[in-house]
Formats: sequence, C-alpha cells, structure tokens
Amino acid sequence: MQQKVLMKGNEAIAEAAIRAGCRHYLGYPITPQTEVAAYMAKRMPKIGGVFLQAESEIAAINMVYGVASTGKRAMTSSSSPGIALKCEGISYLAGSDLPALIVNVQRGGPGLGGIQPSQSDYFLATRGPGHGDFHVLVFAPASVQEMADLTARAFDLAEQYRMPAMILADGTMGQMMEPVVLPEAKEPDAAEKPWATTGTGLRRKHNVITSLYLNPAELERRNVERFQRYAEIEKKEPMWESFMMEDAEVCVVSYGITARISRNAIVEARRQGIKVGMIRPITLWPFPEQPLLAAAGQVKGFVCVELNMGQMKQDVELAVRCRKPVDLCYRVGGMIPSPDEVLQHIRTMAEGGERK
Amino acid sequence: MIVFQKPKSLTDAVLHYCPGCTHGIVHRLVAECIDELGIEGRAIGIAPVGCAVMAYDYFTCDMIEAAHGRAPAVATGVKRSLPDHVVFTYQGDGDLASIGLCETVSAAARGENITIIFINNAIYGMTGGQMAPTSLPGQVTQTSPYGRDVKTQGYPIRICELLSTLDAPAYLARVTVNNVKNVRQAKKSILKAFRNQVEGKGFSLVEVLSACPTNWGMTPQKALEWIDEKMIPYYPLGVYRDKEV
Repeated sequence: MQQKVLMKGNEAIAEAAIRAGCRHYLGYPITPQTEVAAYMAKRMPKIGGVFLQAESEIAAINMVYGVASTGKRAMTSSSSPGIALKCEGISYLAGSDLPALIVNVQRGGPGLGGIQPSQSDYFLATRGPGHGDFHVLVFAPASVQEMADLTARAFDLAEQYRMPAMILADGTMGQMMEPVVLPEAKEPDAAEKPWATTGTGLRRKHNVITSLYLNPAELERRNVERFQRYAEIEKKEPMWESFMMEDAEVCVVSYGITARISRNAIVEARRQGIKVGMIRPITLWPFPEQPLLAAAGQVKGFVCVELNMGQMKQDVELAVRCRKPVDLCYRVGGMIPSPDEVLQHIRTMAEGGERK
Repeated sequence: MIVFQKPKSLTDAVLHYCPGCTHGIVHRLVAECIDELGIEGRAIGIAPVGCAVMAYDYFTCDMIEAAHGRAPAVATGVKRSLPDHVVFTYQGDGDLASIGLCETVSAAARGENITIIFINNAIYGMTGGQMAPTSLPGQVTQTSPYGRDVKTQGYPIRICELLSTLDAPAYLARVTVNNVKNVRQAKKSILKAFRNQVEGKGFSLVEVLSACPTNWGMTPQKALEWIDEKMIPYYPLGVYRDKEV
C-alpha cells in the first residue's frame, strides 16, 4: 500500500511538482499561497533544483518563460492580484507555445480584495489569462489529493500540447490539511524537446522562441493551428466527477471547495428524499460540456455553487444550451456558503422553481 | 589571405535598420565577440521589444524574444536552467531603462552571470521617436515636442552610474560607436562583458551610446557628431565598475 502523508494543499502542490520532475520554481510572495514558495525554498537546494524569489510576479513569470524556453519544467505560484500581473507573461508563453505551470490559490477581489478564499478568477483563467486569442489548461482540485494529482497531470498535458497550464485552487484548498498519497517521482526533464533553445551545439540551425509574427497571414495561420490543438483538447481532456447522478432530478454543478460543501448538502437532501446529484468539473478549460448537456435531458434544473457572482454559471448555461433553468448559489469576498444555503437552492429547484 | 569577413555568428538576413543607425555595428561587434570566444554553439540571446526586436533573425545562436523590458528576467531563467551556457540580452533604452528598469536593477543586484548589451540612443525608435528615459533635457521628440522639460518630464537616467551603486555587478562600461577609435573600444568592452560570463565573474553590462538619425531628424553624419556634442557630456564614456581592477 502506498504511504499516506498529512499535508497542506499548498505543500502537496509543491511536492507533487518536484515529483513531476520540476526543478525550477520562480515566485513572489503573496497570501494565501506562501507555503508553495516556502516549501520550494527548503527543498530545491537539496535536490539540485532552482528556487528563486523574483523581484515581482512579472519577473517571476518571465523567468518561467526563460526556463521553459530551455525545455525544462518550470512553475510559478501566486494568488489573484499576482496572477493578474503574470497575465502578460502567460500570453507570451501561449504565443510562443511553451509549457509551464501557473498555480493560482485564489483570494477575493477585485483590486487588493481580501485574503480569504474565492473563485472569482474563473473568467480570468478560462477565457485565456492575458491579451490575445488563447487558452490555458485549467484544473480545479477539490482535495489535497487532487492538488497533488492534478499538478502532475498539468505538467504532462502542458508539455504534450505545448501550452501553459493553471491549477485554479483557492485559499481553503491551499491551507487545508488532508492525507495524501503522493505521485511517483519522475526523472526531471526527461523528455527530448527539439524546439528548445539549449544552444545549437553547432549541430543545427538556431532555434527561435518567439510570439512575434509581423506577417498577418502567418500570425493567422499560427492562431488557427493553436485552436485546432485546442479543439483536440476539448474533445479528449475534459475531466469531471459525477456524484449520485443516476436518478437525479436536480444537478448541482460546482468545483473546488464549494463542491465539497455541495456534497454535504446533497447527502442531506437525499436523506430528505430529494433526488439530487452533482457534476463536478475537474477541468474548467476544457469545460466538461458533454455530461452537462446529457444531464439536461434528465434533470429539472441545475444549481451552480461558486464563490463568485456566477462566472461558471454562464458556461453551464452554454453547455446545456439553456434547455433547463440554471440557478446560482454564491458567496463572495471570502465568505463561504453553508451546506444549508446550498440545500435551500436544491430544494427550490426540486420543487420546480428557480430561486430568485 | 582573408582580411575582412562577415562574422560566423551573423546570419545572412538583411538588417532592417535605417541608414546611419548604429545597431548594425553593435550587432557585428557582438557576433565577433561570440566568434572569438568560440561560444556560438552554447550562446543563447534574448531580443528586446524595440528596434532590435528582430535580432533573433540576425544571430546564428539560439534566440528568444522577450516581452518589453523583461529580457533580464528571461535571461535569468535561461541561465539558471543552463548555467554552462552563455546568455546575453540586447536591449534598448525604453526596454531596459523604462519599462524594464526593475528587471534590470534586480538582475544586476543578484549578480546574475549574464551579459547585457544596452543600446542608449535617447529615443524610442521602433514606435517613431518618443521621449525615452534617456532623452536629454531639452531634447525634442514626438512626446516632448517643445523639448524635454525637466520640471514636468524629469531628468534622464544614467544606467551605468545607477547600477554602480550596487555591490554585485562585475563590469559596467559606457562606450560609443561614432568613430573608428570608439568602435574599437566598444569591441574591447563587449568582449570583456562576454568573457566575464564565460569565466563566471558575474553580471556585466555595456551601455553603447548609439545614433538614431531617423528619429533625431539628422543626417547620419550629423547624428554621429551629436553623440560627441550632446550625449557624451551627459553620459561620460568609461568603465564604471570592473571587479578585476
């Protein structure tokens, strides 16, 4: 049996990244993700890795860009206001087709906001965090175990599709302690990267990492090619969990910490005889549209539970083509709904009415 | 006997620079230094945003295009990943001394073992001649049409002097390329800035006072004279830090 250890979510991300072969962490302090940097600062020097505290989030993401250009696994972590600063660099990573991992342990906004948990960067993450037409892979862990597992998967898929990936966690997930089975350790940076700038060695023509294409026809071609890759990802890579959906008449849709609260509400609703289940998106981009559309034929309506003013709700409405009502149970600013609040929304939907 | 030839480290691409621009001279000097040190195969260059944005087309070594001002951060990532490689950035004054000032100072303060070639022509060239952080007091540009007014637009930043307050840098020098003698001196400084890195001596930056006849509104000849008459008095040539001395 694999060994279970008790870890904070932020630490699980850090250890999982190391086990995924990442030896370059570049970051800048911000609450509530500081444990990722602290863990890396301790571990990296012991294993021949690089920990560097950059002068800003902007510098950190550009250092990631530098490391990624050399074909090695690189990551940075931050929280909402810091992620906003990284958006420039994320756009350049996407435009240069470079893999990298960005961890966003979200806090309430906008502006300086607060330091309590939030999911208010859903749009920022899923619509392409930065200027230009692009996507990043977005993973929304709902347990410390998933913090670890999805970190490893994010690195793999980022490399496979040559694009940035984001772990979209929140302050609760980052700070929470749970038992976790850590993924197997991989050789660092094992895969061959013929595109990387590692020096020509006088053996090949120079490699160039760039997002600049002044010829509009070429820039269009590159954008279209990138979206063909995205189409493949949308087909192959959506991840979700179905919970008690077999006979459900109401479908809760929730991710991350609110999915855990919703689960408690669903168990209580079932005890009271309400047929309710949940589809929990694990990837937010690509969004798991197919199971939601399928559920639209089965349920009376959907209840989105999230820590923002209904950002994912729009994706659910699109996914179900507005065939069924989609209700929203939200708290923002660092507040978190109680299972009772979720239960009330479930009950109202079960009784056939959208909660106003 | 061959007495003059194109450096191996320059590609055959035709430079896009304006007539009289000194970027071409500095590109050549950088390429000659890479050749002389025999580091072409392990050199990685970082191009800026500005007139030299397409420098990646001109050097035969591996090249990376950075976001505006971020080249020292990108170079830091590359160098930390490949410490045995030779990593250089090539940046203009808007890129290095304005939007990227934080990245410049921080890389210097950390003593990153990289080489920075800093082109100071006192103007934003690529965007058509706006005021730069290094534009001289009274200098007329598109965004200082009545001349740079130091009361509202502040004073120029002297990068070598500013960085020389830091402990870490190994080598800081200001040169120019407006005549043969100065070109030879510039070559020596650039070579030293690269050699320092090869020998692990740390952060080296060479500031090159450069001409932008197009945006200065001068003939190439007049622009070279303007460097002597106006720029050098404000930006004295010389070595501002040399840890070997």
